[in-house]
Amino acid sequence: MTGVLAVVRKDLLSELRGKEGINASVSFALVILLIFSFAFEPTDTDVRKLSGGLLWIAFAFAGALLLNRSFAREIPNDCLDALVSSPIRGWELFLGKALASFLLLLGVELLCLPVYGIFYNVRWAKVFWPLMLVLVLGTWGLTVLGVSFSALTVNLRLRELMLPLLLYPALSPALMSAMILTTALLGGEAIFGATAGINTAWLRMLTGFDIIFTALSVALIEYVLVL
Amino acid sequence: MLSATGVWKYHGQFPALLNVSIEAQPGSCLALLGRNGAGKTTLLRILAGLSSASEGQVRVFGEEPRSPRARRRIGYLGHGIGIYDELTARENLIHFGRLYRVGDPAATADRWLERVGLGRVPDARAREFSRGMRQRLAIARAFLHEPEMLLMDEPFTSLDDRAIALLQSVIREAVAQNRCVVLSTHQLREALELASDVALLDRGKLMFAGPRTAAMVADPGSVYAAFE
Repeated sequence: MTGVLAVVRKDLLSELRGKEGINASVSFALVILLIFSFAFEPTDTDVRKLSGGLLWIAFAFAGALLLNRSFAREIPNDCLDALVSSPIRGWELFLGKALASFLLLLGVELLCLPVYGIFYNVRWAKVFWPLMLVLVLGTWGLTVLGVSFSALTVNLRLRELMLPLLLYPALSPALMSAMILTTALLGGEAIFGATAGINTAWLRMLTGFDIIFTALSVALIEYVLVL
Repeated sequence: MLSATGVWKYHGQFPALLNVSIEAQPGSCLALLGRNGAGKTTLLRILAGLSSASEGQVRVFGEEPRSPRARRRIGYLGHGIGIYDELTARENLIHFGRLYRVGDPAATADRWLERVGLGRVPDARAREFSRGMRQRLAIARAFLHEPEMLLMDEPFTSLDDRAIALLQSVIREAVAQNRCVVLSTHQLREALELASDVALLDRGKLMFAGPRTAAMVADPGSVYAAFE
């Protein structure tokens, strides 16, 4: 775990000092939420049914900006070579990168939630803990896939374009689950327990997605980095 | 200590290395010579575990170069300096000290900062350093964990006088301590002064491998001339 913590510490320190990814990501998420609030009437009941989806659209787009930086941060000064030639194992490097990005992205999401509540007239605080569970699971899925594709596209000149093109189709099961669960929570439905109904299946799908793609990424990252 | 046997590397259909075999022993300094495009960087990246050979076998301390145990014993200095601009000099070295499982990363970082003449600016960010200071920090990063084998790609390119003197001093010290140094370069004079052995590559083929001779030092250009 020493390698994981070293990478987490270094990535958080670099990003919090440079703020390139965070500033872009927060601004973009807030602008999307603002624009959608102009486009739809937030007090309309039907529109509020879509608000979970709108929230995750903002998170997914803002997340791509942040996740793109995960491995791109290693390009200046050929830091990726220095990192990959060190004795850190592939899975340590991946988990370190993923944890740092996850914490940053979760921070961005928590900053956006109050704005979302105001613009869409949504009382998310009353379902804070179940909502946090969905946020954590959805964000981890987004992060795992985003960091994997960030590693895959790090040497491409058009990586800013390639990452979203690869990320969103592959992410669709997790994104769909997170959207449905968020909308259900904000609509007063349970997402686990006897009264949860179909929502339990979506929660399982989101959890399964996270487990499968974390395992795949950990297993394959070494082959992605060393050609 | 280091052996590469029958190594081929293809970039698509293009063969960058053709059946290259080299060896290096403890206490030796092997200069990989060759003009641009000879395959020096490709070979060095394979030895460092940054790239895999298409065919052939590479062993470092009897293990695959990608094994973490082998990598812990290797120091790599590539074309780039491998330093994070947003971190301070000390934070950079501590970070790599942690990755290499150095016993006391902070104390080791401080010792190396003094050694490379950056002891007075440990808390300045690397982006604020001059080119020469950044290069000295990169040397400290590569030598920080006292590697038994040093792989350096064009280490003298665009170094200032102070950094060249420092690098030559740490390389000589490493060889004297029975460590192995492999450096690729087309700057013959600096390399031949340090080298105990020479390997010459030309368009991916190994043209010569053997001990460095006094004649090579006296007339560095003769190394290329003899095999063209």
